Amino acid sequence: MSIPAGSLTVDQLYKSFGSLGVLAGIGARIEPGEIVSLVGPSGCGKSTLLRLIAGLDRPDSGSLHLDGQAITGPSPRVGVIFQEPRLLPWLTVAQNVAFGLPRGKPNARVAALLRAVGLEEFAGALPRELSGGMAQRVAIARALAPGPEVLLLDEPFSSVDAFTRMHLQDLLLAIWRQEGATMLLVTHEIDEALYLSDRILVLSARPARRRVEVAVDVARPRDRRSPQLARLKAGVLTELYHEIGGAWEWAGFRQRPEVAAIAN
Amino acid sequence: MRTGWRRRISSYVLPALILAGWEVATRLGVFPAHVLPAPSTVLQTLYLEARTGELWAHIAASTWRVLAGFAIGTAIAVALGAVVGLSRGMEAFLDPTLQAIRSIPTLGWVPLLLLWMGIGEAPKLTLIAVGAFFPTYVATTSGIRGVDRKLVEVGDVYGFNRIALARRIILPGALPSILVGLRTGMGVAWLFVVAAELIAASRGIGFMLTDGRENSRADLILGAIVLLALLGKLSDGFLKLLERRLLYWRDSFAGESAATIGPTAGPRRTEVSV
Repeated sequence: MSIPAGSLTVDQLYKSFGSLGVLAGIGARIEPGEIVSLVGPSGCGKSTLLRLIAGLDRPDSGSLHLDGQAITGPSPRVGVIFQEPRLLPWLTVAQNVAFGLPRGKPNARVAALLRAVGLEEFAGALPRELSGGMAQRVAIARALAPGPEVLLLDEPFSSVDAFTRMHLQDLLLAIWRQEGATMLLVTHEIDEALYLSDRILVLSARPARRRVEVAVDVARPRDRRSPQLARLKAGVLTELYHEIGGAWEWAGFRQRPEVAAIAN
Repeated sequence: MRTGWRRRISSYVLPALILAGWEVATRLGVFPAHVLPAPSTVLQTLYLEARTGELWAHIAASTWRVLAGFAIGTAIAVALGAVVGLSRGMEAFLDPTLQAIRSIPTLGWVPLLLLWMGIGEAPKLTLIAVGAFFPTYVATTSGIRGVDRKLVEVGDVYGFNRIALARRIILPGALPSILVGLRTGMGVAWLFVVAAELIAASRGIGFMLTDGRENSRADLILGAIVLLALLGKLSDGFLKLLERRLLYWRDSFAGESAATIGPTAGPRRTEVSV
């Protein structure tokens, strides 16, 4: 059976640092071309999960598969976008985008990606000359350059202002349509998760387990102000409040059809 | 531009005042001329030495020693510093020994060097190389360890091996610190060339100093000191130029906030534009 490119399967992942349990049996299946967000209390292990999928770290137990193949280390098939742009300050914008490509042939690909993120004129600029939003666009182009099947985003827009953030979210969706990569996004912004993703996985406080999954069955392009998204947001917030020990809970919410609640 | 000129000129004011005061004081007999000859006398001495060709021979001898010792010392320092900086194992193996040797005052080696190598060029170059080695070594290791872990992680994501990580991320990231080490090493090299030549030499600026002392010629000693200042400044200026060429990408504090640079950045401030 052939498995379409970009499917990600995570099963029974456990990870702890010393006596600190961070992941406690996380499992998820992400379909090719899907955008999935991870939300959860801060410090709950979302970033650890991304690091494991990126191959930067190994789980204590459990399995990670990309298109049916076990993930044993970093691979050009998985791209990462960090919270900060992390551009190399001594390289130009174009050289930064080409950074993960094999040397020699990257020019056409780099030019196309710079066009996609709207920075063709800045190909020769140095990172210090860029604004925060521009630098993050370069980081997006760099992560996409090797043509990854899966793109991991660790709070990618949390350090830019609200206007830039909205712009970058739309840019990301445009690129997603063009490149078709599977995306797994860690975010603190529920609005961002709702606007971008097909599904939202709400994680419990550390050690992270999957608390609930919210399907965002809203056609794109989405309206950020839509009442549908607002209802879903209320649901996610309820789960999060509950998770962080808030007394308030919207009784009966779990019965709502638009929330596919999978209790642990 | 105007502020730039003013700043450049301002750096000459104090030396000019000191020289003028010294000249006048010596001429008026405040200092006896054989103890503190006037700047004009020192210049004249240098001029006469230059005419006979002696001066150039001294300069050439010292400069050659500095450059050769510096090249040997810093090349080994960057190589060892890189090895220690890039590997925990090599750090544990090498660094304690090197730090122990570093704590020995370099001049303490002189008797041993003379005993082993005689009084030729070898002990001089060795002394200078050892002197230039340590600041460069320390700057290289600390520069490598100071590279942002987050940038190294970018290389990890691309599956870089150790060599690619070192070449494409860590060494460029450590370059600012390495260059500071080279500049310090160059300063130390001039320090030790004088020490080496004071001990045993028939050429070189250190020899000029010995010569001046033995013949009670303060003008010759002062001339040699002026030469050391000029050559030290020249070699440092060269390294500074190299620094500016190699580190053009740096986005760091230039000694002044953008607000006060004004003219190029935004509307001119009135008090500057006059």
